[in-house]
Amino acid sequence: MIELKNVRFTHENRSDKPLLNIEQWNVSAGESVFVCGPSGSGKSTLLNLLSGLLTCSEGEVSVLGQRLDQMSSRQRDRFRANNIGYVFQRFNLIPYLNAVENIDLAKSFQSGSGHNSKSGSARTLLTALNISESEWSKPTAQMSVGQQQRVAIARALVNRPSLMIADEPTSSLDEENRDSFLDLLMPLLKAESMSLVFVSHDMSLAHHFSRVEKLSDISGTH
Amino acid sequence: MPMFLRLAVKSLLNRRGSVLMSLLAISVAIFVLLGIEHIRQQARTSFASTVSGVDLIVGAKTGSTNLLLYSVFRIGAPTDNISWQAYQAISSNQSVAWSIPISLGDSHKGYRVIGTTDSFFEHFSYGKQRSLSLASGKLFEGTFDAVLGAEVAQSLGYEVGQEIVLAHGVAATSFTLHENRPFTVVGILAPTGTPVDKSVHVPLDGIEAMHATGGPAFGASPVVPGGGAGGQARATSEPASITAFMLGLHSRLSTFKLQREINSYPSEPLLAILPGVALAELWQMMGMFENVLRLISALVLLAAVLGLGAVLLASIRERRHEINLLRVLGAPPYYLFLLIELEALLVCLAGVVLGVSALSFGLILVEEALFTRFGLYLDPSAFTPESVKIVALVAGAALLIAAIPAFRVYSEAKLNEH
Repeated sequence: MIELKNVRFTHENRSDKPLLNIEQWNVSAGESVFVCGPSGSGKSTLLNLLSGLLTCSEGEVSVLGQRLDQMSSRQRDRFRANNIGYVFQRFNLIPYLNAVENIDLAKSFQSGSGHNSKSGSARTLLTALNISESEWSKPTAQMSVGQQQRVAIARALVNRPSLMIADEPTSSLDEENRDSFLDLLMPLLKAESMSLVFVSHDMSLAHHFSRVEKLSDISGTH
Repeated sequence: MPMFLRLAVKSLLNRRGSVLMSLLAISVAIFVLLGIEHIRQQARTSFASTVSGVDLIVGAKTGSTNLLLYSVFRIGAPTDNISWQAYQAISSNQSVAWSIPISLGDSHKGYRVIGTTDSFFEHFSYGKQRSLSLASGKLFEGTFDAVLGAEVAQSLGYEVGQEIVLAHGVAATSFTLHENRPFTVVGILAPTGTPVDKSVHVPLDGIEAMHATGGPAFGASPVVPGGGAGGQARATSEPASITAFMLGLHSRLSTFKLQREINSYPSEPLLAILPGVALAELWQMMGMFENVLRLISALVLLAAVLGLGAVLLASIRERRHEINLLRVLGAPPYYLFLLIELEALLVCLAGVVLGVSALSFGLILVEEALFTRFGLYLDPSAFTPESVKIVALVAGAALLIAAIPAFRVYSEAKLNEH
C-alpha cells in the first residue's frame, strides 16, 4: 500500500539537517496507522509526501504500487484526486460553498468524473454521516465545527479513495465530538477496506487503531 | 453551472464588498471610454455632414480652412469679397449645374445673416444628401422676407410674421442697425444640426436694398456687400459683389479642372476648395483634442484595472487556506491560475454590462433633447463594432493585470515541489 525507502526530506532554507530521514516504512492495505509526535517534528511533511503535495529530496515513495517520486506534478495531482482522501484539523472546506458543493468540488477533480465515475453521491454520504438535510444548502462556514468535520469526511470519501490521510482531524473538537468523529470514521473505512494514516499528538486516541507508531521511530532524525 | 465557474462566482460573492468597488470602477471606466468614443464618432459624423452635394466652394483668395469656416460654419470673417462679374462668369461655365451665391456681413442679435437666392434652399444639402425643409411658413419671395434657421427661431422665440431688424457687422451688439428696413420672417427651417440652424436667410437683393437705404454704412469694411453703393435700388438690382459661392457640377470629373481654372482666374485672386477635403483637413486639426480625450479615458481604464488587480492580490492572502485546500483536492497549479483570471474576467464583464447599460440609458435620456434642440441625431446604441474592440481591450487589460496575482498563486503552488 505504502512503501517508503531511504526517503530524505530537507527544508530548502535549512539544508544542513534533514527534517525526515526514513530508511524503510510500510503500510499494508486495510491497515489503520496512528502516527504520533510533537508538533514541528515533520508529521505534516510525511503526510504531504504521501499525498504528493511535496516531493522528497531523495529516496522512493510508492503509494498503491505507484512511484510518486517518478511522476510529473500533473500526474501526482491527478493521483491525489483519485486515490487519496484528506482531512485536516481545520480549513477542510471552502467556507462559502455549501456541504453538497464542497463534496461536488472534490468530485470534479477526479478523472473520469461523469457517467463512469466511481464516486459516490454527496447526498448518500451526508445522510450516512448524520448531517440533516436542512444543513445541506448552508454555507459550511455557518455549520458547527463538529458538523464541518463530518462534511470533511464525506468530502474525503466521495471519490472512494484507497488511502485516507488525516492530519490532527480531531484537535479542534471537544472530547464527545472526538469520539463520535472516530466512531463514524472507522466503520466507513472498514466497509471500503481503506488504509488510514492518522497523525496526532493525542495518545488517548491510539486505541482506535490497528497500529501505533512514534514518528521518531519511523524517521531516524529524532 | 460547472464547478469551476460556480467556485469563481461564489468566491466573488463571498468578497462582495471589495469586488463591488472594483466592479464599479470598471463600469465607470467603460462608461467614460465608450461615452467618449461615441461622442467622438457622432461629432465627426455630424461635422463631416455639415455640407454635402456641393462640389466646390469659391471665395476670395485666403486659406482653405478660413474659406470653409466662414462660408459653411459662419465662423471668422472673409478677407475680401468677389465681384459679381466673376461670379457670373464662373457660374455660367458649362460644367456648372447650379450655383449658390452667399453674401455675409450682417447679423441679427448675434446670429449671422446670409444673403442668398432660392437656389440655396433648392441645392444646399447636408448629411446624406438631405435637403433643407421648412418647419413652418414658406421660402422668401419679397425683398424683405427672411427665413430663419431652427435655433434662431427657437432661442429668440420668433414665429412667422415677426419683424426683425438686421445689424451691420457680426457682433451681438451693433451700433449700426438697419432700422428703417425691417425684414419679415416668412419661414422657419427644420433643425439640421448644422450651422444653417444658426443663420438668418434673406434674399441677396434684400441685403442690397437694406444697405442702399440704410443708416450710415461703415463702408470701410471689406465685408459689406455692395458697400453702400447708391440710390434707391430696386429689389432686382444686382449686387456689386458677394462673399462666396457654392457650385454643383454636372460631373464630378470636371471638379479638379474647374478648380484649377478658378484658382488661376485672371482678373481676380480666387480660391476654390473641395468641401470634403477641407472638412477632413479641419477635423485633423482637432485630432489633438481627440487624442487628449482618448488618453484620459485610457488612464481611467488603467486606474480601474489596477484597482481590480489590487483587490485580487489582497484576496490571495485571505484565501491561502482555500488555495491550499484546492491543491490537496487535486487542483493543479494552472487551475488556480485560471481561477483568478476567471474571477477577473467575471468582474470585468459585470462592469461592462453595468457600464454599457448606464451609457445606453443615459443616451436614451439625452437623445430626444438633442434632436429637438439641436437637430443632432445621436445613435442611442452605444454598442458599435468600435465599442466591441474597446470592451475586448478592457477585458484584455483586466486579464493582464490579474495575471500578476494569478501567477503568484501558481508559482507558490509550484514552489512546494523539489
